[in-house]
Amino acid sequence: MKLKILYFARLRERFGLGSEALDAPAGVDDLAGLVAWLRQRGPAWAEELAPDRPYRMALNQEMATPESSLKEGDEVAVFPPVTGG
Amino acid sequence: MIVRVQTEPFDLATEVARLYRDKPKVGAVASFLGLVRDSNEGDGVHTLTLEHYPGMTEKSLEGIGREAFARWDLLDATIIHRIGTLHPTEPIVLVAVASGHRGEAFAACEFIMDYLKTRAPFWKKETTPEGERWVDAREHDDIAAGRWAT
Repeated sequence: MKLKILYFARLRERFGLGSEALDAPAGVDDLAGLVAWLRQRGPAWAEELAPDRPYRMALNQEMATPESSLKEGDEVAVFPPVTGG
Repeated sequence: MIVRVQTEPFDLATEVARLYRDKPKVGAVASFLGLVRDSNEGDGVHTLTLEHYPGMTEKSLEGIGREAFARWDLLDATIIHRIGTLHPTEPIVLVAVASGHRGEAFAACEFIMDYLKTRAPFWKKETTPEGERWVDAREHDDIAAGRWAT
């Protein structure tokens, strides 16, 4: 399943990546599954996306939860808790 | 309603005047101006750089504004948030709300700020004498936003 993934702020710096096009393997069908798959990429990914870390996710530019399901062409963003204002 | 995300400065008087000029039903405008402070958590702050999620940021601010219009009897609103690198004393954010009476304007202005702080995709990085650091989200901002839960 082809996805566009964006990273912001501390996560963008830590992963050295602002955005990428990914082809997620079969079995990755929600945000929780996607994050579990991303964690396998290396130490920075495993650490920043550990279940006890306070990262947030958006799906197609709306705040989303781990249960949010994915479909072909979705835009996913992963970022730290927001600090605007 | 006007929502803008911009690097350029804005003029408070111009923005507030647009909310009541030629609108005789407006009896109250409440505005909030957020500024860059010269210190945070005991350290001096030289600059503050704001990153955001283009596209989602505007949608998020428009959604927060619409929610305010659904909750209170408002006549107009303006939300302007700056991005890029800012210095102490510079304005970061303006929220201004027009209504018939002050109670709704005050409440809606505070609501929009509380939701903006916890939901709009902006991130602050500050430079201090020790170097750069990302600003951490604060629990009291979540508590402030939680007050408006229905």
